[in-house]
Amino acid sequence: MDQHAAIPPHARTYRYDAVDRDFLAARIAEFRDQVQRRLAGELTEDEFKPLRLMNGLYLQLHAYMLRVAIPYGVLDSRQLRQLAFIARRFDRGFGHFTTRQNIQFNWTKLEDAPDMLAALAEVDMHAIQTSGNCIRNVTTDEFAGAAADELVDPRVYAEILRQWSTLHPEFSYLPRKFKIAITGAPHDRVAAKVHDIGVIAKRNAEGAIGFEVWVGGGLGRTPVVGTLIHDFVPEAELLAYLEAVLRVYNVLGQRDNIYKARIKILVRDLGDEFRDLVEAEFAAMPRGRYRLDPEVVQAIAAHFAPPAFATLVDDPPALRRARAEDRRFAAWCATSTHPHRTPGYASVVISLKPIGGIPGDASAEQMEAVADLADRFSFGEIRVSHVQNLVLPHVRQEDLPALHAALDAHGLATPNVGLVTDIIACPGMDYCALATARSIPVAQRISERFADLDRQLDIGTLHVNISGCINACGHHHVGHIGLLGVDKRGEEVYQITLGGSATNDAAIGELIGPAFSYDAVVDAVETLVRTYVAHRTQGELFKDTYRRIGPAPFKEALYAPA
Amino acid sequence: MSGPAKARPATQPVAITANDLADGRVVWLAADGGWTRNLAAARIFAPEEAAHALAQGQAAERARRVVGAYAVEVELLAGVPRPLRFRERLRATGPSVDAIPRPALPIAV
Repeated sequence: MDQHAAIPPHARTYRYDAVDRDFLAARIAEFRDQVQRRLAGELTEDEFKPLRLMNGLYLQLHAYMLRVAIPYGVLDSRQLRQLAFIARRFDRGFGHFTTRQNIQFNWTKLEDAPDMLAALAEVDMHAIQTSGNCIRNVTTDEFAGAAADELVDPRVYAEILRQWSTLHPEFSYLPRKFKIAITGAPHDRVAAKVHDIGVIAKRNAEGAIGFEVWVGGGLGRTPVVGTLIHDFVPEAELLAYLEAVLRVYNVLGQRDNIYKARIKILVRDLGDEFRDLVEAEFAAMPRGRYRLDPEVVQAIAAHFAPPAFATLVDDPPALRRARAEDRRFAAWCATSTHPHRTPGYASVVISLKPIGGIPGDASAEQMEAVADLADRFSFGEIRVSHVQNLVLPHVRQEDLPALHAALDAHGLATPNVGLVTDIIACPGMDYCALATARSIPVAQRISERFADLDRQLDIGTLHVNISGCINACGHHHVGHIGLLGVDKRGEEVYQITLGGSATNDAAIGELIGPAFSYDAVVDAVETLVRTYVAHRTQGELFKDTYRRIGPAPFKEALYAPA
Repeated sequence: MSGPAKARPATQPVAITANDLADGRVVWLAADGGWTRNLAAARIFAPEEAAHALAQGQAAERARRVVGAYAVEVELLAGVPRPLRFRERLRATGPSVDAIPRPALPIAV
């Protein structure tokens, strides 16, 4: 990458240079040729499948699906408008935001895929490494560069990891896919401990930047919380250390069994020896070659230079008045805003979980509306959260009433962020070829059951996560209440796990008992919530109540004969 | 992982399904040897014909018209085929949820 190219003072996203753009153009031309050869009958599906997957194109139940990388969930308004254009021109007018902070287009035609990639390239985006046994999209905190509690801006290091991992020749054919998350705040909002590598950026007593490195976390068939293998890798050594981890995994990961191929199995099997092997590899590496030059870090940080914030005060009178006059607005402020580091500003979460809606779906019109509102209220910046919502990171608090009204007009002001209806759900069997049961309609029915806002607010923060198969794209293991849909003799049933957490106290939920049918599962969730409300202490979250009182009261409520 | 049912000798009538190469949509082998998007228009084969029927689907795959041909067991309800497995019923009818997001319902405050 050309680090000397002029970077706008507030670039919003990392901007490609001529080398990046030329590469993407060549890659798209290559794929266009491959698609034409496939359609002309010159390539078999066996020959073509790995080629399309390398470009993010899957074949799902009802159509091809294009998965587009949104690097660490950061978008600018121009990019979001382009995603809206793609949704309208090539899909059915909507897109689905995922737990990897990506977007999927579920109704792609093979012949359109190269044009879709060309449209993405116009705004410095692509679909490379959204499939396959490689390093996938690095995820980070949706409040990066804005959060009041942030110590280090993780976007800078996420971008460095993106450049390092993109087309890395040594790591293009790993034993299995590989997922990295990085955060720069003490409050883990990225599920770092359930990633193949979780990186927590922090500062030491001298103010120098370094990284905690967790390895071997993951969900799927074998859910496990990661292991801390280094508590402070200095900034200059970040790439060398992660390269050492990947090398050990690449050599020793179990390639002959897909179910045992993730790094978590290797870490589990080797125990402390894994750390020893990484340290030995790290010690043997030509460290100068891998050293992260402060000038490079600075050049990348320039892409994420903060916007020109005004001098404002927190909680201005106009905002206080609006909250007092409009209870719905007050509820939205309470649930959908997040503390900003700059006085007078807030980060705003835009719920993509309307009551009865499809979690993570946004129409082209909604994407365009959010892009316009980002330009008007948030310096053109948008984020995608792993909870499948959107974020406007830098909004003046005095603008919150106007923003709320504008979002409301587009069905985007549901005040349920963090509440029981803010459900994470994978596409499930309605779209996914791997799924064993549906997720979306279960999420919709739970959402409708708990639609009453007063009740939701009384229940408080509660994370319900739903996966349509054991691969756990809906992160069900780390939901306070997790639902896993499985196939039982040709029909859908749902296993329930309780007490999971994706944050600092990361934990894998425990299976509570026999599964429930599609028809019965919403009542089961209702029973669990009632049991929690009856037993909780003041301010206690579901997972904490579960840990305090154990499974017995929940089991009793679910399974005792009426 | 889910996916098409594991290959085993069919004991029920079958239809042959695949995805269209060009747009990925679900298609069914029709009586005229072509492919239809309508299961009701699919040719239904007796269990003992399943292997021969699947060979026809696989020939179309080799001819680069469809992808991933396989046999689906069906029951006939008043002459209309209905897949036995839920997954195949979803493939036949499309997603069970609205393709376009619903507008937000009003929330009681």
